[in-house]
Amino acid sequence: MAQAQFPGRFAAGALRRWLPFLWLFLTLALTLTASAFAQDLTFPALTGRVVDQANLLPADTRLALEQKLAALEDKSGIQFVVATVSSLQGQEIEPYANELFRHWLLGEKAKNNGVLLLVAPKERKVRIEVGYGLEGTLTDALSKVVIAHAIAPRFKAGDFPGGITRGVDDVITILTTDANEWTRKPQVRADDPDAVFQSLLPFLIVAFVIFIIWSNRGGGSGGGRGRRGGGPFIILPGPGSFGGGGGNFGGGGFGGGGGFSGGGGWSGGGGASGDW
Amino acid sequence: MAFPNRLRNFIAVALLGLSLSACGYNTIPTAEETAKARWADVENNYQRRADLIPNLVATVQGYAKQEKDVLTGVIEARAKATQVHVDAADLTDPDKIKQFQDAQSKLTGALGRLLAVSENYPDLKSNQNFLALQSQLEGTENRIAVARRDYIASVRDYNLTLQTFPSILWASTVFRSKKPMASFTAAEGAQTPPAVKF
Repeated sequence: MAQAQFPGRFAAGALRRWLPFLWLFLTLALTLTASAFAQDLTFPALTGRVVDQANLLPADTRLALEQKLAALEDKSGIQFVVATVSSLQGQEIEPYANELFRHWLLGEKAKNNGVLLLVAPKERKVRIEVGYGLEGTLTDALSKVVIAHAIAPRFKAGDFPGGITRGVDDVITILTTDANEWTRKPQVRADDPDAVFQSLLPFLIVAFVIFIIWSNRGGGSGGGRGRRGGGPFIILPGPGSFGGGGGNFGGGGFGGGGGFSGGGGWSGGGGASGDW
Repeated sequence: MAFPNRLRNFIAVALLGLSLSACGYNTIPTAEETAKARWADVENNYQRRADLIPNLVATVQGYAKQEKDVLTGVIEARAKATQVHVDAADLTDPDKIKQFQDAQSKLTGALGRLLAVSENYPDLKSNQNFLALQSQLEGTENRIAVARRDYIASVRDYNLTLQTFPSILWASTVFRSKKPMASFTAAEGAQTPPAVKF
């Protein structure tokens, strides 16, 4: 026992010294448990554009789907992922799909242009979850039509690869028919006047600050006490917080160690679900 | 040699700013604004539902005029529900939230009756316009469920910042006027959207 070994005064001093750390530890522990509570569903890892946890797709269908989805992303920036899960873990498909979408962060952060086709064969449920940015193109009603006419009848006949392929084709058709979606905006480059201004802004601010300080030093020569003492000083610009934004997922090759990940997109529950 | 005074002030202000933000001065206002934004999402999605209703009523009326009671029930519930607004400043008042929730759940009930009645009209059920409206309504109910869930989570975060270390230091000094916000009660089946099947 600590108190038997050390004199009481020393123990109290040590306690006082360690109290802040104890607080810190407790806060940390509280934060960790709070975040653990929030995440009670487990999700499959986002290994590619087709995540076939329920093993519904033969290898060739999978490959064909992945190529189609990659082509869609190259052309339009839309991140469309197909997922089959072995279980919804007792959850309804709507909240499960929404949380999975947000967990994977599908779509570009600025545009929220992600789509998730989720199939749960055990519960016989299917859902198309649509990111905020595409709700106007792939509406709830259209998603429902795709599910009711392209997907559900084939699933009912036991043809999962066919249903998923046809559903993906139809969704891609809907997404790419709207010209506003696939005519990708040109990349923001330094020759854009706005971007030039943005990249110069930190330097302008620094120059402005230096100018103010220098003019003050040169100015009032009277009463100040020892104001001319210090040597010239230089303010370095901080880490570039003004860097151009832009897509943060490298489309294309994945498989080996290739980095396929969500771009930070968000969904507010758009889309439709159905069963078979 | 001592630093020039002005420079020292400059550095002091910069340090003060940094230490304030590092000590969680921003935590409470950030959480508060997030919760308010989530509330705006909740109201928007309920408004979206209210906007769908006139079309839905008109479509059903074309096939089922005799269901006058149900139809007027929906129209009245919609009128009442669209009158109840909760300003962001009133989110700390549980009564206001409850009023809002009651009005909206009456509308949910009236809509449920309308959809149940429409089951009896095969022509209506195969009407493309009705099917489209129904799937929009279904999507909107889901968006409402998502927005409610997000609001509940953000309110929990905000209320937690008022009660936990280190942000409680700010809550009991500078932000003494900040009160915990009210959340939805789970009575209305907040987690699962009402089933709109067809």
